[in-house]
Amino acid sequence: MSNTNELYQEIILDHNKNPRNYHKIENPTCSQEGFNPLCGDHLHLYLKLEDGIIRDISFEGNGCAISKSSASLMTSVLKGKTVNEADELFEKFHKLVTSSMDEEQQIEELGKLAVFSGVREFPARVKCASLAWHTLRAALDNKDKIVTTE
Amino acid sequence: MIVAEKIMPVNVSSTLDVERIRQDFPILRERIHGKPLVYLDNAATTQKPLFVIDAVHHYYRAQNANIHRGTHYLSQVATFEYEKARGKIRQFINAKDNKEIIFVRGTTEAINLVSSAYGRKFICAGDEIIISAMEHHSNIVPWQILCEQTGAVLRVVPMHQSGELIMEEYVKLLNEKTKLVSVVHISNALGTVNPVKEIIRLAHERNILVMLDAAQSIPHAPVDVRDLDCDFLVFSGHKMYGPTGVGVLYGKQQLLESMPPYHGGGDMIRTVSFEKTTYAELPNKFEAGTPNIAGGIGLGAAVDYINRIGIHKIAEYEAELMAYATEQLSAINKLKIIGTAKEKAGAISFVMENVHPHDTGTLLDLEGIAIRTGHHCAQPVMQFYGVPATSRASLSFYNTKEDIDALVKGLHKVMEVFK
Ligand SMILES: Cc1ncc(COP(=O)(O)O)c(C=O)c1O
Repeated sequence: MSNTNELYQEIILDHNKNPRNYHKIENPTCSQEGFNPLCGDHLHLYLKLEDGIIRDISFEGNGCAISKSSASLMTSVLKGKTVNEADELFEKFHKLVTSSMDEEQQIEELGKLAVFSGVREFPARVKCASLAWHTLRAALDNKDKIVTTE
Repeated sequence: MIVAEKIMPVNVSSTLDVERIRQDFPILRERIHGKPLVYLDNAATTQKPLFVIDAVHHYYRAQNANIHRGTHYLSQVATFEYEKARGKIRQFINAKDNKEIIFVRGTTEAINLVSSAYGRKFICAGDEIIISAMEHHSNIVPWQILCEQTGAVLRVVPMHQSGELIMEEYVKLLNEKTKLVSVVHISNALGTVNPVKEIIRLAHERNILVMLDAAQSIPHAPVDVRDLDCDFLVFSGHKMYGPTGVGVLYGKQQLLESMPPYHGGGDMIRTVSFEKTTYAELPNKFEAGTPNIAGGIGLGAAVDYINRIGIHKIAEYEAELMAYATEQLSAINKLKIIGTAKEKAGAISFVMENVHPHDTGTLLDLEGIAIRTGHHCAQPVMQFYGVPATSRASLSFYNTKEDIDALVKGLHKVMEVFK
C-alpha cells in the first residue's frame, strides 16, 4: 500500500485509537453537532470560552479514522487559543487539505496538524478531515443547528 | 434498419467461461493505482460490455434522430430501434404487452411515478401503504412525501436480526385500509432475497396491490412478472449492464390505464387545445418529452447480452461465488457479516472491529479494489444494526474467486494498518 503511510500516519492512527478530549463538557459555552451524511460521520463538539479564549474543548462521536483523529488533534491544538487564532487555523487547515503547500510552511504554520497533508491526495476524504473544523466554525458562529459537510 | 449486430463473443456450454466474458468488458483491463481493477461494487452500478457500448455508439453515429415524430428515414430507424428495445425488455420479464413497459430514468423515477400518479388518484387520508425495514431510500421517501400530502399512513414490515422479514408481522399489517405494498425483491444493503411470491399472494388475497423494487434482482435472478403476479415492478438499466439514465416501470395494463399521467408535455398527448387535452395511449402516456433514446437502445442490447449468457447460468455461477465469498469473509477474525439471511444474492455487507468502513474503502482502493462503504442509501438498515456504515462487496458474473481472494488479502492489510 504505497500511499497508505502518507494518509494513515502514525499520529493519525494513534489519535484514532486513543482520541484526546473525548468526553462531554458540562455547561459548555457553546456546543455543536456536525454530520457527514455521505459516510455517517457524526460528532458533537463542546466549547468553554472565556474572554475570547478557548478554555476547554472536547468532542464525542462516531466516525472514520480521519475524522476522529482530526477532531482529536484539533481539540488538542486549540485549547488555550483565542477564537481569532482558531479562525486563522481553520483557514490554514482548509488550505492544507485542499491545495498544495510546501512542506516547511505546513509544519511552521500548522504544527502537528500538518500530518493531514496526505488527505489532499484523497478528494473523497477531505470532508472527513474537515468535519471537526466546520463544526467548530459553526459552534463559534453560534449557529445552533446541525452542520453537514455536504 | 440494422442494429450493431456484432458477434456476441459469449458462448457458454455448461458453466460460465468467465475469462472469455471478462474480455467483453474493456474496463476490467484498467489498472487502478497501478493495480489490476477488482470491481466489487456491482450493486452500485455494473460495468458495461462492449456490446452495449457499441449499440449506444452505433445509435449516435448512424441512427440518431428524435422518435415518434419524424417522417424522415432516421426518425423511423430511431423509433424502430427504441421500440424494439421495449419489446426485448417485455420478453425479458415476460410481460404481456409492450404497453406495460414504461421507460423512465431509473428505479427512483419509476417509484416516484407510481407514488405520484397512482397515489394522487387512489390514495386518500387514512389509507395505508406498506414498505419493509430494508428499503432503499428511493422506496421510502416518495411514500413519505405522498403520506404527507394525502394524510395516508406508512407502515413498515420489521425484520429479524438475520435480515429476513418477519412475515407474521407483515400479515398483521395487512388490513382493509392497506392500498399498496411496495417492497424490495433483493436488498442492496444486506443481499437478502425476500419471499416476494408469498408477499404478493398474501396481499392479493386481500385485494391489495404490490410493487416490487427489482433494482437488485433483475441482474441476478430470473424475474417473471406474470409468474410473480406483481402489479408494478421497477428497475434500473445501469445495474444490469446497460447505460445510466434509463430504467423501467412495468405495470399491469389496466392499472396503468387507470392512472393519470405523471409528467405533461410532448409525446404523451393525443390532442391538445387550451380547453381540453386528451392523453396518448400507453406507454406514451407516461413518457412525456424526448426520452433517453440511446439509453433505451443500450438497455435493449444489455438484455440481449444477458440472454446470450443466460440468466439461469448467471444466477447459478453467482450463487457459487457468493458462497465462496461468504466462507472466505467469515473466516476473517474481527470481521462480522451484516445480514445472514438464508437466501442471499449479489451483495455481502460487513463491518470490522476497530476499523471504520470508510477507512477500509480507501485502503482497498489503493489496492485497486472497488467496494462500497457507507449507508448504501438505507439508513434505517444501519440504525437497525446499530452501525454508522458498512462495507459492501457486490458481485457480478465477471467476478472470479481470484477477485474474492484479492479482497480478503486487502482486508488483512487493512487490519495490519489498524492493528
Ligand atoms: C434496491 C434499490 N432500489 C433502488 C435503487 C435506486 O436506483 P437508481 O439510483 O438507479 O434510481 C437502488 C440503487 O442503488 C437499489 O439498490
